[in-house]
Amino acid sequence: MSPNQSQGTSAVKIPVPAKAASAERTDGELEAAVKIAVSDLNFYYGRFHAIKNVSVQIRENRVTAFIGPSGCGKSTLLRILNRMYDLYPGQRAEGGVTLDGEDILGPKSLANLRSKVGMVFQKPTPFPMSIYENIAFGIRLYERPSRSEMDERVRLALTKASLWDEVKDKLSQSAVRLSGGQQQRLCIARALAIGPEVLLLDEPCSALDPVSTAKIEELWYELKRSCTLVVVTHNMQQAARASDYTAFMLDGSLVEFSETSKLFTTPTDPRTEAYITGRFG
Amino acid sequence: MRHFDELLEELRNKLLDMSAMVQTAIRESVSSLELSDESRAQSVLQGESDVNRMELDVDQLVTSLLALEQPVAGDLRFITAAGKINNNLERIGDLAVNIAERSESLIQHPHVAVRTDIAKLAEMAEAMVRMALDAFIRKDADDARAVLVSERAINDLRDVIFNDLIQQMKKDPKSVQACVDLMFAARNLERIADHATNIAEAVVFMVDGIDLRHHHVPVDV
Repeated sequence: MSPNQSQGTSAVKIPVPAKAASAERTDGELEAAVKIAVSDLNFYYGRFHAIKNVSVQIRENRVTAFIGPSGCGKSTLLRILNRMYDLYPGQRAEGGVTLDGEDILGPKSLANLRSKVGMVFQKPTPFPMSIYENIAFGIRLYERPSRSEMDERVRLALTKASLWDEVKDKLSQSAVRLSGGQQQRLCIARALAIGPEVLLLDEPCSALDPVSTAKIEELWYELKRSCTLVVVTHNMQQAARASDYTAFMLDGSLVEFSETSKLFTTPTDPRTEAYITGRFG
Repeated sequence: MRHFDELLEELRNKLLDMSAMVQTAIRESVSSLELSDESRAQSVLQGESDVNRMELDVDQLVTSLLALEQPVAGDLRFITAAGKINNNLERIGDLAVNIAERSESLIQHPHVAVRTDIAKLAEMAEAMVRMALDAFIRKDADDARAVLVSERAINDLRDVIFNDLIQQMKKDPKSVQACVDLMFAARNLERIADHATNIAEAVVFMVDGIDLRHHHVPVDV
């Protein structure tokens, strides 16, 4: 563990997102609490310095999108938020990341962290088992509900992921027979089934058609009532449409972070302007 | 140059063409008024359809750029500002036509001598339009803000002209029709200045991303 990690993050000042010109939020909502605070974060793949002194606050019950060119570090940052890198030797994070004020980079139970922070990947990853078992499998990792309770948990998760109506009559069917969009919503349902507080989505729509993409984006509006969403996307229109805050990353650094409506109309950094208007490089 | 940038250039050029047409219409309508020149009034009336056609052209280009290119940041602000400037230019064109029509009516009363400072008002309104459009061309928010300062002077001069004309109507009832024509012409010039202000506000938004409408504070320059 690095010295930075052991010191925690409470003394570090973290920049808040740039506000719109008006004193209030542009959508009229109250400022949400900070769910995840990243401060002076650095990340290394062996000797490669992939994330450089990134500080950012992820707001509770909001959708925060990370955009930037390939290799800018946005997916790496996402994977730090549930310590996915722990699986790989030679990768290390230094700095502070807190969830509800508690350090998550320190020696804590990974299972506990991952029950709070779910993740959905670019390609749908249904398990080769029934639709029902795909949901029940994750729940059984943490608890042993009765059959009727499990049925209800499965129904709730599929309902939250807007998939219940489409699969309720074929729960015993293999999940791999679902369409790509349905498989991705099943993966979201699987993540939701264990009641995460944060859902990380790594380019979740890049393999989907526009109709499936629209369903998933619509789903975010529902999910953010009970969950904090962090989305990595290459699709800038998606970030503009479906997120509340947007962060632009470049070469491992955070260039700009603000309300999405502000970043896409009046970005402050010329590099952000160049990237989002397609005049980059 | 990217195709998108070519389309933005096309939009800019169309607005420049339209600006030239509208500025000519203002100049001709005011000259017609000052010189009692019916041919100038006629040329303004005939040019109206060109301005209207150009407004439709620009609107169509703005809509297709928004729908097909999904612009953001500076591009988005330029395109939305272009849409607003387009609508304001068309309204200025209509007001120039109104002035030309009042001029034609005045020409029917050559024997009535009316003294007022409408030439000064015309000069100020024309200058505001020219400054706002120059600010658009140069993407200069400071020059655009300078236009906003002139608004009060225009309103004050319009009030003086209205008072002059009311006094003349009281003194000489035969001059009522001519004075009413001039009052409408003054009102139209003041509204042209209002549209110049709208254009200037659109330029500030385009350049700085700041919306000054309805609560702008005039800046001393």
